[in-house]
Amino acid sequence: MTLRSRVLILVSALVVLVAVAAASVLHAAARADRREQAGPGGPRIAAGRLALAGGGPRVVFRNMAWGPHRDELVSAPADDPSGPRTASGVKCLRFYAASGTGVCLQAVHGPVRDTYRAVILDTRLKERARYDVPGIPSRARVSPSGRFAAWTAFVGGDSYAGTAFSTRAAIADTRTGRLTPTLEAYRTVKDGRPYRAADVNFWGVTFAADDRTFYATMATHGSTYLVRGDLRTRTLTTLHPNVECPSLSPDGTRIAYKKRVKGAPEDAPWHLYVLNLSTGHETALAEPRSVDDQLVWRDNRTLVYALPGDYGADLYTVPADGTGKAHRVATAAVSPAYVD
Amino acid sequence: MYVADSRATASAAGAVRPRAGRRRTAVAPTVLALGTVSLITDVSSEMVTAVLPLYLVAGLGLSPLGFGLLDGVYNGVSALVRLAGGHLADRGGGRHKWVAGAGYALSAACKPLLLVAQTLTPIGLVLAVDRTGKGLRTAPRDALISLSSTPETRGRAFGVHRAMDTAGALLGPLVAFLVLRATVDGYDAVFTVSFCVAVVGVLVLVLFVPGGAAAPLDRSATPATLRAAFALLRRRDLRRITVCALLLGLATVSDSFVYLLLQRRLGVPDRWFALLPLGTAAAFLLLAVPLGRVADRVGRWRMFLGGHLALLLAYGLLLSSWHGPALPYAVLLLHGAFYAATDGVLMAAAADSVPPELRSSGLALVQTGQAVARFTCSLSFGAAWTAWGDRAALTGSAVALALCGLIALALRPIAPESPA
Repeated sequence: MTLRSRVLILVSALVVLVAVAAASVLHAAARADRREQAGPGGPRIAAGRLALAGGGPRVVFRNMAWGPHRDELVSAPADDPSGPRTASGVKCLRFYAASGTGVCLQAVHGPVRDTYRAVILDTRLKERARYDVPGIPSRARVSPSGRFAAWTAFVGGDSYAGTAFSTRAAIADTRTGRLTPTLEAYRTVKDGRPYRAADVNFWGVTFAADDRTFYATMATHGSTYLVRGDLRTRTLTTLHPNVECPSLSPDGTRIAYKKRVKGAPEDAPWHLYVLNLSTGHETALAEPRSVDDQLVWRDNRTLVYALPGDYGADLYTVPADGTGKAHRVATAAVSPAYVD
Repeated sequence: MYVADSRATASAAGAVRPRAGRRRTAVAPTVLALGTVSLITDVSSEMVTAVLPLYLVAGLGLSPLGFGLLDGVYNGVSALVRLAGGHLADRGGGRHKWVAGAGYALSAACKPLLLVAQTLTPIGLVLAVDRTGKGLRTAPRDALISLSSTPETRGRAFGVHRAMDTAGALLGPLVAFLVLRATVDGYDAVFTVSFCVAVVGVLVLVLFVPGGAAAPLDRSATPATLRAAFALLRRRDLRRITVCALLLGLATVSDSFVYLLLQRRLGVPDRWFALLPLGTAAAFLLLAVPLGRVADRVGRWRMFLGGHLALLLAYGLLLSSWHGPALPYAVLLLHGAFYAATDGVLMAAAADSVPPELRSSGLALVQTGQAVARFTCSLSFGAAWTAWGDRAALTGSAVALALCGLIALALRPIAPESPA
């Protein structure tokens, strides 16, 4: 083959390949544009004021419905989350709020790649503080008093086809501004002995009402544990095996969580459970599907969580005592927080 | 390609070396073609790597934890594939191009599969096959580079190739995030573009890399049997190189640990953490060609050991109590210099002691030894970290590196290094 014909082959192939690449980009861009238009049959959404306290019982969440308010924090009546939504203009990937303090995990579009930050919001969604988040945000919580905020991020490997991921769980004191960037800084006690390992990962913090105690998941050597943390002594103690993304009930007696069950498919390995902290008794909840979310207690009897849906995610409820059935309460919604 | 071509030629022509005589100094067209293939392929593969975490978590809503658990298995398989690739390429008198091409094509074919794989297990499998392609192609490609350059310019040839390769790795994430930005989370577009780019890489290889035996083979040369491949270890020089690469690999802490240590010891802010590998890559890119040239002049083995000295210095800085603002830069510069002085240079050094007809098998042997040693180091470093903490683990690695360096110094291959 002469150089000329080889160059010719390469150039013609380039034309085809560039066309394919351009078509795929244009197709995806057009799809993104369609998401900016409100779809028929979607929830009613109007811009308005949104308060994290004092506005009556509301549920605040990230709206995922197509249209101009996609990804914004919206509020809806607490007893009817599928009702009309009030959009705030504040965009978050993950969100939680309690006692007038909100934590909003956002993407920051940089010139090269996205970075992430955690923004502490006041009652009127004004920014009070911001912190860098080292990876893709996953869980967010605020303590019942509104003083402490916590979040978890996935930190990915950067090497060629690197597939190892780790998590970082951070806690911020919104009163002093002090940040603990990773729970790895805490002393860990496992089965009564000090424990240290390079492969330790933490995620899914949930706070108790005393502004001192919290719970989280610790993973090491392929197992997960429920750990109880102490913000004052900066220690973590393992309590119970096979607990992920704990969520403490408002009365502080139970932990709702996802448990890895035997025989479940590798891609849907979890079942929802509630653990009684004083008896250690586990109760399976009436949701048959595998849920990958940190649950939210609407009250002492009802849990709310997200499952994948047509527009990203939908919200469901299920009774906390293992009875009843799961119900969908809102479409195109994720990261709910109940405020009043 | 033309840009790289003219740049390399210009710099080669510009650097007039006294006493070097009027030796032909341009980098062989095959090396530039292979560099172009690697550049394009790295753009393609790093596009995927860069968006993968985001795709898994935000795109598919999966929890990627534990995704790296199979890494040990992959590493073992990848080592075997590497040896097989090296051996296959030598059989039949120089099928390097086609074995390398099969490796590139295999990786390219994985990209559209990512469009259909929606759950962790299939995605893990696709990535494993992608990695198999990489394992298959590495040794034949390096053999081709060594066979198509003169012994006295091999260091530079590998330097040019590694610089182009790293440039692709730096460009890939940029392209990926541009596509992602234009399409608002259009991961399918990223994978499609990545596939198209990978196909261009394969085409450049097929069209512009000469096939057949790159160097005229001696009729009386050893036939490339498996036995002959392993008999290579009876050659003292190659054995010593392999043993040294293995020993030094045992004390080479994996990149992710280096970045983690950098962050812990120097308090690098979280927002910069993802940029640390870019620092190493940038230093590697800038230093690969100059250090390859110096290696040709002062001896590749010396440069290889010097690279490990740079790594030892980086360990020392991480252990020191000095906390100046320049420290992260210094550590990353040394880390990049370590790669620039060892990665291609080791292949150039090993090529000196393997006959052309077994070149690919020989290089695969050295690479595999090094990869296995580094993986072992990762495991033991993790265990040491668990037992004694990060500082003690790093101190141990530094001592081990110094010891292995001394042994390597004593064991140095005595074969006449290409003088320059």
